Amino acid sequence: MSDVRLIDIREEILSDNQELAGKIRRDLGRHGVFMLNLMSSPGAGKTSLILRTLSTLRDRVRIGVIEGDIASSVDAEKVSREGVPAVQLRTGGFCHLDAPMIERALKELDLTDLDCIIIENVGNLVCPAEFDTGSQRRAMILSVPEGDDKPLKYPLMFSVCDALVVNKVDYLGTSDFDLERLRERVCKLNPDIRIFPVSCKTGEGIAEWTGWLAEQVAGARPPA
Amino acid sequence: MHELAVTESILNVVLRHAGQNGVRRVLGIALRIGELSDLEDTWLQRYFDYLSKDTLAAGARLHIERVPVVFRCEPCRHDFPVNVREMDQVRCPQCGGERMTLVSGREYFIKNIEVI
Ligand SMILES: Nc1nc2c(ncn2[C@@H]2O[C@H](COP(=O)(O)OP(=O)(O)O)[C@@H](O)[C@H]2O)c(=O)[nH]1
Ligand SMILES: [Mg+2]
Ligand SMILES: [Zn+2]
Repeated sequence: MSDVRLIDIREEILSDNQELAGKIRRDLGRHGVFMLNLMSSPGAGKTSLILRTLSTLRDRVRIGVIEGDIASSVDAEKVSREGVPAVQLRTGGFCHLDAPMIERALKELDLTDLDCIIIENVGNLVCPAEFDTGSQRRAMILSVPEGDDKPLKYPLMFSVCDALVVNKVDYLGTSDFDLERLRERVCKLNPDIRIFPVSCKTGEGIAEWTGWLAEQVAGARPPA
Repeated sequence: MHELAVTESILNVVLRHAGQNGVRRVLGIALRIGELSDLEDTWLQRYFDYLSKDTLAAGARLHIERVPVVFRCEPCRHDFPVNVREMDQVRCPQCGGERMTLVSGREYFIKNIEVI
């Protein structure tokens, strides 16, 4: 006869992933490199925003890209054509990127030669919200055709991000998407989030977005 | 679906603690998961049964406590629960205020294990 007993654990469920993510953040910090985890549904405009960001900031910020798109290596090719270092991750149908995958990808980038790394996460508003990749900041894109009710359907994603890019505002006139209603919904979940309405097509709002990103990058640099 | 990755992580943590405590079998695992996470209980249990088959934790039941989404009203500091699906109509029931912060609902936690 043995007695049933309780053992207290009190640990985060994803503690292994979180520990590694913390280690990645410290390594990046030592190199003065800033990393952004960019998330959205498929087709919201992650690749388009990265390309816009590269062409706007390239002269001031040395950027590398980690591509997590499952479909193909098309995105990494698009980015490489811009002449910046890009790593394509083979996610094998995985629904999100986690810290071990990012650790592997970082081995292929020369951190001494970079100021900023942008992760294009897998197109999905659910799973990537749960996994810390080791980035210092998280941003998501919501595109106008997806509708302003998305915070109600994907509350976790909206609550973990530091910035929300509302892309495809060139469609605003032809839809019932209400930017103010979106703002209200998002701010209830996450009062500190920064919201950037942009169009990767026309370039509207891109300067505000890249301004914020450049500030974050500068914040990661060690004092000279 | 990331239930598989999450379940794997739960199993790893549980087996680590079971090993440290000289456990023979794990009977139950108590979890606290916030309602903002959309992990499904039945899928978690199914993946767990599959992954834990040849381990000390084979057959263990997951007891999942859901932590409600609670907001705190900024002006009057009142805490109140909110249905995630009705978030666009949220107002403080005490003062009608609309500025609020999230107090709970994002938990992702292993509380304890029941063992012999
Ligand atoms: N009208 C419009 N189309 C856009 C905008 N940004 C991206 N797109 C288009 O949306 C589609 C998906 O964009 P992409 O960047 O590949 O999305 P991803 O899957 O999130 O990487 C492409 O056909 C883009 O040309 C925009 O601001 N306005
Ligand atoms: Mg893409
Ligand atoms: Zn109030």
